[in-house]
Amino acid sequence: MALIKEIDYGTPAAKSEKMVTLIIDDTEITVPEGTSIMRAAMEMGTTIPKLCATDMLDSFGSCRLCLVEIEGRNGTPASCTTPVAPGIKVKTQTQRLKDIRKGVMELYISDHPLDCLTCPANGDCELEDMAGAVGLRDVRYGYEGENHVFKKMDGVANDLYIGKDESNPYFTYDPAKCIVCNRCVRACEEVQGTFALTISGRGFDSRVSAGMNEDFLASECVSCGACVQACPTATLSEKALIEIGQPEHSHITTCAYCGVGCSFKAEMRGEEVVRMVPWKDGKANRGHSCVKGRFAYGYATHRDRIMKPMVRDKITDPWRETTWEEAIGRVASEFKRIQGQYGRRSVGGITSSRCTNEESFLVQKLIRAGFGTNNVDTCARVCHSPTGYGLKTTFGESAGTQDFDSVEDTDVVLIIGCNPTDGHPVFASRMKKRLREGAKLIVIDPRRTDMVRSPHIEADYHLPLQPGTNVAVVTALAHVIVTEGLVDEKFVNERCEVEEYKEWAAFVADPSHSPEATAEYTGLDPKEVRAAARLFATGGNGAIYYGLGVTEHSQGSTTVLAIANLAMATGNIGRPGVGVNPLRGQNNVQGACDMGSFPHELTAYRHVSDDTARALFEVEWGRPLDPEPGLRIPNMLDAAVEGTFKALYIEGEDILQSDPNTTHVSAGLAAMECVVVQDLFLNETANYAHVFLPGCTFLEKDGTFTNAERRVQRVTKVMAPKNGYADWEVTQLIAQALGLNWNYKHAGEILDEIARLTPTFTNISFKKLEEMGSVQWPCNDETPEGMPIMHIEEFTRGKGKFVMTEYVPTDERTGSRFPLILTTGRILSHYNVGAQTRRTANVEWHPEDRLEIHPHDAEVRGVNDGDWVRLDSRAGTTALRALITDRVATGVVYTTFHHPTTQANVITTDFSDWATNCPEYKVTAVQVSKSNGPTDYQDDYDEFSRKSRRIAEPVKEAAE
Amino acid sequence: MLHGADRLVLMANQIARAYAVEGEERAVRQTASHIQKFWEPRMRDAITAFVKETGGKGLDEYALKAVGALKPSRINPALGA
Repeated sequence: MALIKEIDYGTPAAKSEKMVTLIIDDTEITVPEGTSIMRAAMEMGTTIPKLCATDMLDSFGSCRLCLVEIEGRNGTPASCTTPVAPGIKVKTQTQRLKDIRKGVMELYISDHPLDCLTCPANGDCELEDMAGAVGLRDVRYGYEGENHVFKKMDGVANDLYIGKDESNPYFTYDPAKCIVCNRCVRACEEVQGTFALTISGRGFDSRVSAGMNEDFLASECVSCGACVQACPTATLSEKALIEIGQPEHSHITTCAYCGVGCSFKAEMRGEEVVRMVPWKDGKANRGHSCVKGRFAYGYATHRDRIMKPMVRDKITDPWRETTWEEAIGRVASEFKRIQGQYGRRSVGGITSSRCTNEESFLVQKLIRAGFGTNNVDTCARVCHSPTGYGLKTTFGESAGTQDFDSVEDTDVVLIIGCNPTDGHPVFASRMKKRLREGAKLIVIDPRRTDMVRSPHIEADYHLPLQPGTNVAVVTALAHVIVTEGLVDEKFVNERCEVEEYKEWAAFVADPSHSPEATAEYTGLDPKEVRAAARLFATGGNGAIYYGLGVTEHSQGSTTVLAIANLAMATGNIGRPGVGVNPLRGQNNVQGACDMGSFPHELTAYRHVSDDTARALFEVEWGRPLDPEPGLRIPNMLDAAVEGTFKALYIEGEDILQSDPNTTHVSAGLAAMECVVVQDLFLNETANYAHVFLPGCTFLEKDGTFTNAERRVQRVTKVMAPKNGYADWEVTQLIAQALGLNWNYKHAGEILDEIARLTPTFTNISFKKLEEMGSVQWPCNDETPEGMPIMHIEEFTRGKGKFVMTEYVPTDERTGSRFPLILTTGRILSHYNVGAQTRRTANVEWHPEDRLEIHPHDAEVRGVNDGDWVRLDSRAGTTALRALITDRVATGVVYTTFHHPTTQANVITTDFSDWATNCPEYKVTAVQVSKSNGPTDYQDDYDEFSRKSRRIAEPVKEAAE
Repeated sequence: MLHGADRLVLMANQIARAYAVEGEERAVRQTASHIQKFWEPRMRDAITAFVKETGGKGLDEYALKAVGALKPSRINPALGA
């Protein structure tokens, strides 16, 4: 495959449906009204020279290279800023244009170094291309005058010269090469929305500046890479590109970090990744990226990666490296022995949202068909299981209703319990773009997140609720909408179960659900709640975006139901700009759920007790299946402690670090006789494992991920698995060792089997994905191109179902011993438990987890910024350093959980969602006090981890 | 940390409380159906046994009635118990 180069049309596509016909260079062309002349020319294949224009950005008109002549008009207008008009005759090449362009290029080059041979952009430099395009042969001005190029002029320091900024770990800024085209500044504003870059100085003094003349790392720059991508020269270059050189081929693949699912071009030299560049045709990200997907892939080659299978008899033994045959044989024989000794249901497996659809599908197939039990679960249990439950109940489908493009038509954005600029940065950029265009914003979050107020963004209403009161707040919004007559009666009557609606309306209208009555425990100003409700109901297209701040509560499922009620009552379902949008944490949460990873359901959310569905699988697989639901992750751990669950196969998931109440998890794991971990690294869970099977990264295997918009996208192998096998092959080896007749030659064959068994996937195949790029399920004969927006004419279940949502306070209460509420979250530079991002330079932004605490709460405890503090809850104790900030309200403290030493989950309790057992990470009653450093537990755990990660030296063969 | 029956009682009560707003008849039916659909057989057996032994100590009224309404586990003869 060659290097993929998207066509740069110079300016963005116009959206008008009205078409305009004009003549360019004697050729007639018809384009949408509002299209620039530059873009129209490019569409007919004529490239007008340009430097400051690129189609990711609005036109700017500064480089004076793209000039054209228009018959009957004066002068030489810039083709990037001049829109087409009916009947105009444009010339793109005349003697006058040639002379002007050559003159412009001479000026550019007179202040640009001529080190082209050794320049990192050699082979991919737009300035060089333009010099060629205009026929530049000479620079009459010479290089002796004022310039930004040379450090010294005639032995004297050149004051205009600025040295390279190499502070960012992933890219460099070399001002000497800058032509001040403003593309980076505009990319930071328009695409990313951070406004970290500016042009300082005027005229010849103009220079790109990060923040207030800071270096890039110290500035507000979030290292998304949009500026690097926009730069036409080597001024902003990836360090990897500088080191390796230009790539020679590329593959389209999908990022393995968050649920946005950005499409990337993996640009390669042989099997070495030169850089990951967002693919402009990717429909999830539209050519944008964040610091994780763009730069943080170095973990794939990190020295901590385990490449050989390992076994040990006891978890106190050191690991022993072995062959795949022995390791796989050990898994098969142990699981068989344990089932023989303790019964069929004593074993199980956990799939991961980090794995591909094909891998998750095979793990659940192995457990259900191979072991004859439904004890299979996925880490979606601990994040979005309430979404599946809630949206299935109300709408009939366990998925978000929209595509990401939908936000472009939204008038009122309602964000609840998510922090998109950190958790889903690429989508956040698109949302911020819409907000800058004038959409209104309501944020319901205990913290003042960046969405509440950041450059050119300000929430109309921020409702900083007390953690744990989501249901009361969303029901109060519904109360206002119903009692003030703001319901979309037409939508409700036509599209929903009317009797249930009436019952629900009477329920929410009860004065006990009013903003005034609930203020006592929500902590919100009733006036603000009322105003926010009115805005949402009357402000035009209303879209709700939510995250784990909704689901990870003891009433997580109830809040999802309440959100669905709110969307239906306001008629915000079934068209662009509206909908219920769960922002998924991990790359393949949606896919892991779709693939039948939950213990109670097969693919496409069919319950295991459904005889028809089960029969379909029994025929395809040739094995009997259990009609009863299996154990969920917390139930497996309970059963292990009780002695009835003994063996667990975990693929790509670190339950010891990511699941709540660490002591409970470790007790469960320690009680098992065979724990098998398949992962990249010896993760925390592996401390309790008996067999370690090395896994591989998304760069080393084929498959598909399904993002938060139900979009199925290809993951493409760009290098051979460093561990020897793709993860699906490892699962297949286990199946074969158990005597199952599995013979998949390629991941595409697994997807074909999924399509045969899953009505929403019927027409999805590798071939289809190659043709379409990506597709949003359902994709079958009824919707052969997939469904960007669901529930258009009717809900999947027929009529929408309203469910009454009574607020039931969590059993986790504050009191005199634990007066503060701890809530947890994420930061931009890290991903989940940090296993990947901690093994990249992203640690430069976030080397440790900190406890955010309000100045008032800190003062009464004598805590200063940066002090070590002890954090106690009913579940346990840990220690970390304080960060004093008023982003959190008084009474609330906050931390991330990206570093294992933080042991944030020693603190979290095992309370969970009533419907799905999704843990209540977001509410833990705690006390904070000063401390001298890490707790004994943290020190002991460090020592324990170190010991359990020992790998024995290979035994040397005795000499003959 | 809760173990065994204590945890199951807490979970059953949580479910019953979520449905309580629907009134007794529906709440009991939906609680029973929820437990039937999402609890693994040994969890259902354990709470049934707990109710037999203790009369359902700690269980809310609707939760207790729901446990009484649970159906026995289904068995696929090809797999055995």
